[in-house]
Amino acid sequence: MAGGIKKFVVGSFDDEAILFPAVKNVRKAGYKIYDVYTPFPVHGLDHALGIRETSLHTAGFIYAITGTTTALGFMSWIFTKDWPLNIGGKPHFALPAWIPITFELTVLFSAVGMVLTFCYLCNLAPFVKKHHFHPRATDDLFVMAIECSDKTDDAAVQSFLQNAGAKEINVQVAETGWWIGRYDKEQKLYRDEKGY
Amino acid sequence: MEHRFEIPASYKKWTMGLIIAGVIALVYGIFKFDPFAAVSHGAHGTAHSADGTRFWAVLLQNSTYWLLLVNASMFFICVTTMAHGGWQVAFRRIPEAISSAVPVLGIITFVILLALVFGHRTDIYHWLDKDAVAQDKLLKGKSGFLNPAFFLICSGVSIFLWWALGKKMRTLSLNTDESPMDYDQSKKWIWKNTVWASLFTVVFGLTVASTIPWLWLMSIDPHWYSTMYSWYTFASTFVSGMALIAIIVIYLKNQHKLPYVTDEHIHDIGKFMFAFSVFWTYLWFAQYMLIWYSNQPEETKYFIDRIGTATEPGAYKGIFFFNLIVNFLCPLLILMKKSTKRNYTVVIFMAVLIIFGHWIDFYQMVMPGTVREHAEMMPFEFGIAALFIGVIMWCVGRYLGRHSLLAKNHPYLKESMIHHT
Repeated sequence: MAGGIKKFVVGSFDDEAILFPAVKNVRKAGYKIYDVYTPFPVHGLDHALGIRETSLHTAGFIYAITGTTTALGFMSWIFTKDWPLNIGGKPHFALPAWIPITFELTVLFSAVGMVLTFCYLCNLAPFVKKHHFHPRATDDLFVMAIECSDKTDDAAVQSFLQNAGAKEINVQVAETGWWIGRYDKEQKLYRDEKGY
Repeated sequence: MEHRFEIPASYKKWTMGLIIAGVIALVYGIFKFDPFAAVSHGAHGTAHSADGTRFWAVLLQNSTYWLLLVNASMFFICVTTMAHGGWQVAFRRIPEAISSAVPVLGIITFVILLALVFGHRTDIYHWLDKDAVAQDKLLKGKSGFLNPAFFLICSGVSIFLWWALGKKMRTLSLNTDESPMDYDQSKKWIWKNTVWASLFTVVFGLTVASTIPWLWLMSIDPHWYSTMYSWYTFASTFVSGMALIAIIVIYLKNQHKLPYVTDEHIHDIGKFMFAFSVFWTYLWFAQYMLIWYSNQPEETKYFIDRIGTATEPGAYKGIFFFNLIVNFLCPLLILMKKSTKRNYTVVIFMAVLIIFGHWIDFYQMVMPGTVREHAEMMPFEFGIAALFIGVIMWCVGRYLGRHSLLAKNHPYLKESMIHHT
């Protein structure tokens, strides 16, 4: 539960075509975008937000190499040192026969490792909760959260978002980290939203 | 003007240079190796000079390799069409141009096959020897398809179908340049294009991906068989076909053509080169491991001819493993990163390496069964390869020079322009 409580100005957009220039202008004006929540993956948004390329694939490569060495090391130890068996008259160090298993363990290690790393990076786990800025971010709204510091004039940010084309603007004070448990009782459910 | 390609003088110079070098090599081979020498038939089979065998083996290797390579680019167009892919439209004219070399190389290949069959080259195709077949249980069993008539008819029909269906696909694409299409016309065109693409794909599957490699290449070792062989050959030529597309696309980008082809497209072509290198390795390994595991003498002979045994290394051991390094390890490690697939220099380098690597692959498919341990890798071998490269360059340049580089009325062009990986 790291992060602490912070103040955010939240603007919701209903069109990608408005969102992109808004992101550009907000960044140009010097405001800090905390994150943008979209109902589906938007091509090029990460680039527009200036987020650095993920290192997930490097992690995947390392997991894969680990899998390869585990498989090869383990099998060569078993079949040549620990318990050498004569299998069909083949040499004890029977590399071709091990390749399929080596391949499988490479894929298994990299796949499982990458999924777990991804969950860790995104704070995804059973019972782990994070603050939702807008329930419709999973349905039909693009939600931009701008992080405020002590010096930020949130009235100015709100009018800026207004000009940028946001449909809905509000100020939220929210927990930035994750917590285990439940959402607050007063958290509005989507079915209670206007227009559901 | 950016969609028009005026063939630069340097391109013409290279094309002519390669063709002239190739013709010199060919003429040298004809005089030096005496490939048309009469074949003497004795009671103990037939005798051939090693030089004559080398001449025909090199021609067979190069003609089949380069023909299947250029044909693979039409397969690329057809499968992406059938998958309703849009991303390839921006550079679609390049695989079309490459596939326009199919008729020329097809005729060359067919003439070489005719010469092999009617020249009775039993040193290349052992099954041409009627006396040997009569005494051989295995060859007798295969004589239903390993006989001159079936061999030539099947080859001829296959080459004709690649030609005719490829021509139809190219004509359909060029027809769109005449006038813009409205919604209904586009829909009709897409349907027609998809139907012809699927016809080509079916023919391709029945020929390149199954029967043709059996006839042209696997029958060099007529006692041996492998169900992986055709797929292996297909993977080999498809990945080199993608490499050739990459080379020409990047060449045109460097000539400031193809304004709608971005790094995203190069990245996807690079992915194809990466993925099919791995696919090739999968088939290479599957073929090797099954034979290694079951250890049947009639199957292991193929590999003993190449890598030899534990005590006696074979003449092709070096080439055999070099093949694996160039075609698997290099693409796997170098093309794995995103940034390398977007770097023109690296992609060009890898594409040349892959084309060379699979040329070597075909070399070790053809040579051990024909010239045995007398294989050479001398200017003659490279000269014949230069001849085929020159012919391909000539066909590609001719097609690109005559037609617009952009299929400007293709209904999926917009999709290709905004392509993002």
